[in-house]
Amino acid sequence: MARSITYREALNEALTQEMERDESVIVMGEDNAGGAGAPGEDDAWGGVLGVTKGLYHRFPGRVLDTPISESAFIGAAIGAATAGMRPVAELMFVDFMGVCFDQIYNQAAKFRYMFGGKAVTPVVIRTMYGAGLRAAAQHSQCLYPLFTHIPGLKVVLPATPYDAKGLLTQAIRDNDPVMFFEHKALYDLAGPVPEESYALPFGEANVVREGGDVTIVTLGRMVHTSLEAAERLAADGVQCEVIDLRTTSPLDEDTVLESAEATGRVVVVDEAHPRCSMATDISALVAQKAFGALQAPVEMVTAPHTPVPFSGRLEDLYIPDAQRIVNAVKTVTGWTR
Amino acid sequence: MDAVTDERIVPVAMPKWGLSMQAGKITGWVVAEGDEVTVGDELADIETDKIAGTLEAAQAGTVRRIVARVGEDVPVSGTIALIAPAEVSDDALDAAVAKARAVIDAGVPDQAAGKPAVETADVGGRKIRYAGVGQDGEVVLLVHGYGGDRNSWLFLQEPLAARHRVYALDLPGHGTSSKDVGDGSVGVLADAVLGVLDAIGAERAHLVGHSLGGAVAVAAAAADPRRIGSLTLIAPSGFGPAINAGYLRGFADAQTRRELKPVVGQLFADESLVTRQVVDDLLAYKRLDGVEAALHTLVDTLLDGDEQRTDSAAAAAAIGGAVPVTVVWGSSDRVIPAAQAESVAGAARHLLDGAGHMPHMERPSEVQAAIEETIARAGA
Repeated sequence: MARSITYREALNEALTQEMERDESVIVMGEDNAGGAGAPGEDDAWGGVLGVTKGLYHRFPGRVLDTPISESAFIGAAIGAATAGMRPVAELMFVDFMGVCFDQIYNQAAKFRYMFGGKAVTPVVIRTMYGAGLRAAAQHSQCLYPLFTHIPGLKVVLPATPYDAKGLLTQAIRDNDPVMFFEHKALYDLAGPVPEESYALPFGEANVVREGGDVTIVTLGRMVHTSLEAAERLAADGVQCEVIDLRTTSPLDEDTVLESAEATGRVVVVDEAHPRCSMATDISALVAQKAFGALQAPVEMVTAPHTPVPFSGRLEDLYIPDAQRIVNAVKTVTGWTR
Repeated sequence: MDAVTDERIVPVAMPKWGLSMQAGKITGWVVAEGDEVTVGDELADIETDKIAGTLEAAQAGTVRRIVARVGEDVPVSGTIALIAPAEVSDDALDAAVAKARAVIDAGVPDQAAGKPAVETADVGGRKIRYAGVGQDGEVVLLVHGYGGDRNSWLFLQEPLAARHRVYALDLPGHGTSSKDVGDGSVGVLADAVLGVLDAIGAERAHLVGHSLGGAVAVAAAAADPRRIGSLTLIAPSGFGPAINAGYLRGFADAQTRRELKPVVGQLFADESLVTRQVVDDLLAYKRLDGVEAALHTLVDTLLDGDEQRTDSAAAAAAIGGAVPVTVVWGSSDRVIPAAQAESVAGAARHLLDGAGHMPHMERPSEVQAAIEETIARAGA
């Protein structure tokens, strides 16, 4: 597993290998073939940030470049899934969910339940999220809490190239609708990834760093920011355990609670807005089920309850950084009654 | 004489545990300046990005200077301490420390250079991956056990390569080799061993096999006896009915870190050797497509009920008549009982007191000595 590839390449490899393995896997979305700067299909740029590069020519007829109408092609993908295909649809930015949300939350998420378990909807909706690219308020949001709220959807947020490939493979093989969140700022992150196919199970958090003093529960891009903070804190003698949730639905409560019980101090780091978020969800979980073990109130490090600013300097302040996490950890270690 | 190169000063170097290791971090010194050490004494606890281990003294003497600090990254082969007799002056030692510090302070060199290439042999339609180190000497081929891979030899491959050309392979169903194990028989796995010897172009090779790899080495030797220089078997399967069937099945069945960790713990006498990284690496392997099926196929052919199905004793006895055979076993082995060493007829036996099923990881210097001695007995 010595080979190192980027998050973008890992996603592309998962798509390629699953399309080779199963001919019912198709890819559809805006610019999946062409993409920014490409004159047309011949150029096959492969999506605005190049994730589907090469698939159009490699799998003729199975990469569908759709019109700019999310309600149409997300609905088509969900319909195709109910009819036996395994579509991977690309909702370019999750900020565009508004125009196709009915198909997702009121249709795909409900089919298995409303048809008494007889209907399966093996659709994957890949989507970009997160701030940091100076893309302003309508292209930078972290809307995964909205999807996590809906029963019947699985919600996945890989933080590393290894997880990106394994979780996308699992998402494609899964028989339920999966919302697959890719952070724009992670596409160039490189890391070790096996050449062979593998599927990572949903609902299994990853303990990315072990430590006995404070538990940091986080996800997505914030895993890396949390690790940076943990590294700094270790220099001061504070050992943090960092848990990457990997999937918010299903949620691995056991790993969070076991760690919280061992450390008694919990900080949740979430790039989303603070209200009704994974930060509040995990805080409530710990408060309810590990109350007796807590030595300090749970701290939350999140973005503020505002739109993502256009100003670069404000955007940098908006995104939680390592210093804020360090401060939160010091708050829980220094807390006294 | 140049004080810096006083030949009575013996540097203790950062070891290279595994082909990908570039640097190690000292997590604790077991010895202090002024301590007397003998060969095999524990010097320091060292952590790499893959594994944590303990460095043992390769030479006796007095630890006069500790060069590397706890928590600091030291490049492989960088000097971390100095052993020297009392007659060596402090000035000479300080000069040697300064030189060693310069290497550590220069930082870890870029990867890339000097990495051994992983080769691929096509054996009966299966891709078999192997990697070799060492320039001259006899060919040694290291054969891992059930669920392992060529990296299981991380503490041994480089040290053995000082005098030999040392190869390690991934058996079918393991590591980065093809995951198809056919009927899962020892014969299929032995074919991979012989196929790698063909690919290397080795006319004669010394085989070292651990656990299932021991039975595989015996089968490969029996299939082509003239090619085998010697056999070193480490806690081999195939020498008695008793085996920890729960371990084999538990390893094949485990789906999560939580399930896998206690299973893997049974391999070692000291379960603290099973770090998070060890479990994560095994889990990543187990999740590759085809691995679960391969492991279950192997379990079905290895076990007859809760006992071992394969019997290597007769074949090993026949080989033992022609070439040196050595068996190494840990007295605290919880997977295959050490008493089965008695069933390896005519073999030199090394019982390592207190070691578990992984002596090549738990007590590498003693296992290395046993391998060297076996190769030496074979003669040129």
